[in-house]
Amino acid sequence: MIEARKLGRTYGLRHIIRDLDLAVGRGDFLLLTGPNGSGKTTLLRLIAGLLVPTAGELEVEVPRERIGFLGHEPLVYRELTAIENLDLYGRLYRVRERRERVGMLLERFGLWEARNQRADSFSRGMLQRLALCRTLLHDPELLVLDEPFSALDEEGVALLDRELGELRPHATFVVSTHDPARLEPLASQRLVFA
Amino acid sequence: MSAILAAVLLPISIALVFFYAPVDEDGLNQKIFYFHVPIALTAYACFGWGAWKGLMHLWKGKPGADLESYVAIHLGVIFGAMTLVTGSLWAKFRWGHWWLWSERQLVLFLVLFLFYSAYFMLRYSVEPGPQRANLCAVYSLFGVILIPISFLAIRLANQYIHPVAFNRHGPQMAGSQFFTFCVCLAAMLALFAALYQFELAGKRLDARLRELRELLA
Amino acid sequence: MSAYFADVATLAGKDLRLELRVRSIVPAMLLFVVAALVVFHFALPAGSSDLAAKGMLWVAIIFTALLGLTRAFVAEREQRLLDGLLLAPCDRSAIWLAKAVAMLGFLVVAEVVALPAFALFFSGIDAATVAGVALADLGICAVGTVLAAMAVAGRARELLLPLLFLPLAIPIVVGGVGASVADEPARYLGFLALYDGVFAIISWASFEYVVTE
Repeated sequence: MIEARKLGRTYGLRHIIRDLDLAVGRGDFLLLTGPNGSGKTTLLRLIAGLLVPTAGELEVEVPRERIGFLGHEPLVYRELTAIENLDLYGRLYRVRERRERVGMLLERFGLWEARNQRADSFSRGMLQRLALCRTLLHDPELLVLDEPFSALDEEGVALLDRELGELRPHATFVVSTHDPARLEPLASQRLVFA
Repeated sequence: MSAILAAVLLPISIALVFFYAPVDEDGLNQKIFYFHVPIALTAYACFGWGAWKGLMHLWKGKPGADLESYVAIHLGVIFGAMTLVTGSLWAKFRWGHWWLWSERQLVLFLVLFLFYSAYFMLRYSVEPGPQRANLCAVYSLFGVILIPISFLAIRLANQYIHPVAFNRHGPQMAGSQFFTFCVCLAAMLALFAALYQFELAGKRLDARLRELRELLA
Repeated sequence: MSAYFADVATLAGKDLRLELRVRSIVPAMLLFVVAALVVFHFALPAGSSDLAAKGMLWVAIIFTALLGLTRAFVAEREQRLLDGLLLAPCDRSAIWLAKAVAMLGFLVVAEVVALPAFALFFSGIDAATVAGVALADLGICAVGTVLAAMAVAGRARELLLPLLFLPLAIPIVVGGVGASVADEPARYLGFLALYDGVFAIISWASFEYVVTE
């Protein structure tokens, strides 16, 4: 599903990723670990299609509309409400039965009460939960998650744990984390960044 | 490479020799014309080449096209500056003013000079990488389209700024003058080619050195 | 095809809704354009013709547009919101079109105030001027949106956009002033339409490359 051959990516004149080979099959769970600045985020952005390689090849056999990406930023518009944000992405991703799906996700992540509040009134934990809603909105088959647990509060962590458990058999995952112990049981492949 | 350099020196020297041959029309001032117009045309060639390389980068993804585009535009700006200087000198000697808004070529070059100078501001404000190469390539394409559009604009502008008709090209060029002109043009283009190869080689060497240094690090 | 325009409508609607909530762009443009016209009054000594004032209108429009364009992609950049749009399956050029349409809306709102203000402070506005403004707006927004996206990719973005925009705005100014001032405005209006057509096409086609990292 994802294949990288001698993948390279520079930032300015520095090589962040060099000569990386990778193969992720359908249903795999690739766990990325390593210190900050080691290239985990860069690899995730490359896979999601937000960056192009500067060397080597990267093949991701999943079309854009089937990829769910969660980065460092929640990618929600601060001045729009939760429901407006999800409605926007729902339209862009041409989600079927958009309203129902938006409502369902907001409920699953405990944001239904706050649905008509502007995102700039959300706590960090709530923003991350809204970001997760956005990521899962279009029922992606490839999930690319950059430290998904990092900004979550306790309740959010429990919710995400449950989600990941439920989604594991239905999707392919590439996830980076600072807390490998939590995700170890789910992982089928590991890549350690130096 | 050295062959091109030789080809440059020859026409330049020939042109200089021929320079003394044709009869003066306008006095010494007309001689500037033999430099001014070829330099201007060469500058257009530089910008056109730069845009072509930009298109190659975007369309065909040719590696190195970005660098080639940059070098061509860099030289284009230099030739463009020279156009403005020689044009200004010509204007001073012919009409007594250092700058004439009625001189369409000069005004066009001023606009282009501003445009392509901004190219460098753009290039140096973005980190090197695929995006910078893309931005510069797109900008170079905008530039090459701006050339005819600006030409039209300046012509139109003169109608409401300077309603007086102004004929820049005086008498037709005599045979020997035309020949000299062509030789000068060839010399300028060859000069561009030589400088282009030279600067490109230098930049490629720099890039290679950087690559090697990184590999060793 | 209809999906394309649906995307454009969604995105443009988003920008308009955001502006209604935040009101950061349009009020600034309104205030700026009126202030600029007042400055121009003081900048035109006695004996300056009506025509000089008409020229100044175009200066005001260009710089007001520049003010708005500088804000065009700021949120997308600061909160990386452009990522969200790039991840979505919509065509990149739809992002350009939507943003240009939204900017056009803001610019028109500013001009709805600016033109009457100009008529009040200086002299009347005729149909040719209005047509010129309309055509110029299209070109300004088409080109300005691409350049705004370019500027935002680098450092010193507020400084960079004017440098990129002004040389390309010169033909627009020529077309606009000509339409306002000359005896035969049709020629200038035709030129503006040519500018719009040519640059809209190249902006549409090249936007994808501008946002690719």
